[in-house]
Amino acid sequence: MLVGIGGFAGAIVRFVMTSIGKRKFSILFPVATLLINVTGSFLLGFLYGGHFQQTWMLLFGTGFMGAYTTFSTYKLENVQLIERKQIRTSILYLAVSYILGISAAFLGITIGSYPHSF
Amino acid sequence: MALTYLFVGIGGVIGAILRYTVGLLFQHIWNGAFPLPTLTINLIGCFILGWLTSYAGRRNILPPYVMTGITTGIIGSFTTFSTFSVETVQLFQSSQWLLAMLYLALSCILGLAFASIGYTLGKKDKQRGISK
Repeated sequence: MLVGIGGFAGAIVRFVMTSIGKRKFSILFPVATLLINVTGSFLLGFLYGGHFQQTWMLLFGTGFMGAYTTFSTYKLENVQLIERKQIRTSILYLAVSYILGISAAFLGITIGSYPHSF
Repeated sequence: MALTYLFVGIGGVIGAILRYTVGLLFQHIWNGAFPLPTLTINLIGCFILGWLTSYAGRRNILPPYVMTGITTGIIGSFTTFSTFSVETVQLFQSSQWLLAMLYLALSCILGLAFASIGYTLGKKDKQRGISK
């Protein structure tokens, strides 16, 4: 139930952001998906680091952040970049997403667990 | 347009619950340190989204808002990037460097491969359909 509510909101927020992203930026680089995945990684890291109650984790973590961020669109965008011979952009997109995503999650976990370290 | 939002939202509910359910099912068969559930979920999603985009996306089988509900809603919410990032950090933090690197490499290479295979298969079906 909680996962579903989170999923409902997460998917809609992602849809709104990608729609704006396609209008504002060129389609050459998927800025919206990158931004979504990096911010979502940070926030999920923050939730994990903060050791929130299971109710909140299911609603915001598994539900919202899980649905807000996406792996399939990210990979499909790469395949489409490669299909259009934008190899360099694709490699850049792959690398930047992984580096920033994992760094953001690390930062989120660190900040989230900060109050516990006292 | 409002209908599209609703379908994406409903798709999000289905996708998130599916992901949660698959994760729970995996608890019975996998208790290793390697995040196999998330990898499996993401790879399945990559294949289906690739296939759907090239096959159904250009055929207008379904109204656009239903298609967006399935692709952006269900598949987009089924797969997840945030869990992947957090799991990778957790592997690094528990000094399981090799597993972390393996997870990263497999997700990067297999993810592209699955999306690409799905995308290519969808196109082939389309060409066959036209030639008949």
